[in-house]
Amino acid sequence: MLRREGDAVKIIAGGQSLVPMMAMRLVRPAWLLDVNEIDALKFIEAGGGGVRIGACTRQAVIERDHGLAARVPMLRQALAWVGHVQTRNRGTIGGSLAHADPAAELPLVARVLDATLTLRSTRGTRSVDADEFFTGPMTTAIAPDECLHEIHWPVWPEQRTGSAFTEISVRHGDFALVAAGAQVALDDAGRCVRATFGLGGVGQTPLAFPGLAARLVGTPLEDALVQEVASAVAAELEPGGDLHATAAYRKHLAAVLASRVIRAARDQARSRA
Amino acid sequence: MTDILYPISIEVNGVMREAHVPARLSLVDWLREELRLTGTHVGCEHGICGACSILFDGEPIRSCLLYAVQASGHRVMTVEGLAKADGSPSALQDSFCEAHALQCGYCTPGMLIAAQSLLNTTSHPTDVQIRDAIGGNLCRCTGYQQIVDAVRDAARRLAEEAK
Repeated sequence: MLRREGDAVKIIAGGQSLVPMMAMRLVRPAWLLDVNEIDALKFIEAGGGGVRIGACTRQAVIERDHGLAARVPMLRQALAWVGHVQTRNRGTIGGSLAHADPAAELPLVARVLDATLTLRSTRGTRSVDADEFFTGPMTTAIAPDECLHEIHWPVWPEQRTGSAFTEISVRHGDFALVAAGAQVALDDAGRCVRATFGLGGVGQTPLAFPGLAARLVGTPLEDALVQEVASAVAAELEPGGDLHATAAYRKHLAAVLASRVIRAARDQARSRA
Repeated sequence: MTDILYPISIEVNGVMREAHVPARLSLVDWLREELRLTGTHVGCEHGICGACSILFDGEPIRSCLLYAVQASGHRVMTVEGLAKADGSPSALQDSFCEAHALQCGYCTPGMLIAAQSLLNTTSHPTDVQIRDAIGGNLCRCTGYQQIVDAVRDAARRLAEEAK
């Protein structure tokens, strides 16, 4: 059907973004293709150095999964900021990623952790890394005839891994003015062996900063260095300003929150002997 | 497209209901206009205000963001389903009256559903848990404090009844 009708069809999962957009007449799809009853799209499975999550898995199910929280803790940390109980009970992980709001939490986690998204169509199956999946605001690499099938989340093998997610929003549950996520791994001596961090709400897509994260590796992640890296991040950004926050305020938040999540991730990693 | 009707079969407050509906009829409109269960309110119609909250397979959701056809084969409970079997108010509803947890009443059905869902899983909720549970429901009258008081009071009553 997607091949035949293309852009006239919208896949509907939880409907927590699509139905409001339809109510506001921002989109008027001729067809809705409902995937809610497809159980094959609902799963959480560990294996292959990571965890695979079916696109139609509810956010509330992901939030409550303790095994997943141990392997990919940033998902639960981020979901605490996503909407409300009522929306997480319907909202799906795939829906949030495919919607690709640049200020949304789950796309940011996918970007920070280098998730891989599997797309299917009658032409076949292909995998796209998060950095190539998000191509612009509300825009992804999904072709009109494709369906997001599953998302692979890498699990870091290092015992001393810590992660953190935070954001500033007008009200809890709203989209973030700026959101930040970080994950770091330390060796026995407390030196960083691996680091990643990213920001949402400050660009056309969620952003990660592998070049700057590399500056953290090999160091004990002392506060001064973290602060320096966070300031360097803010200098790279050109966020937009709007009714809720000026560009300058978003830039300020970017530095503050980047520093905050890297330090929180570090402290969590340090607490793991 | 809109003149095609699709058969649905939904358990509403313990009773199986069958109907034929257009594909784009929202669940809340079906509940209110077809079943005349007008306790569930329609506020913003785009998933912000929480007034249309219902229990869907036991979990709170927004019924303005679900089409009636999508609910077919599922279980729905509306605010009308909260009262005791004899029709008298539930402990939670009673606590709402006692604590003056409603003024205009527009948000109340959604608040009751959200709060009842919390009480179903959490017998001794903290104020933080209560505020989190009703965080997706807007109230423009009470300033929320009386609602939090009411939910806390209901939890206490239910714990006493359980003794």
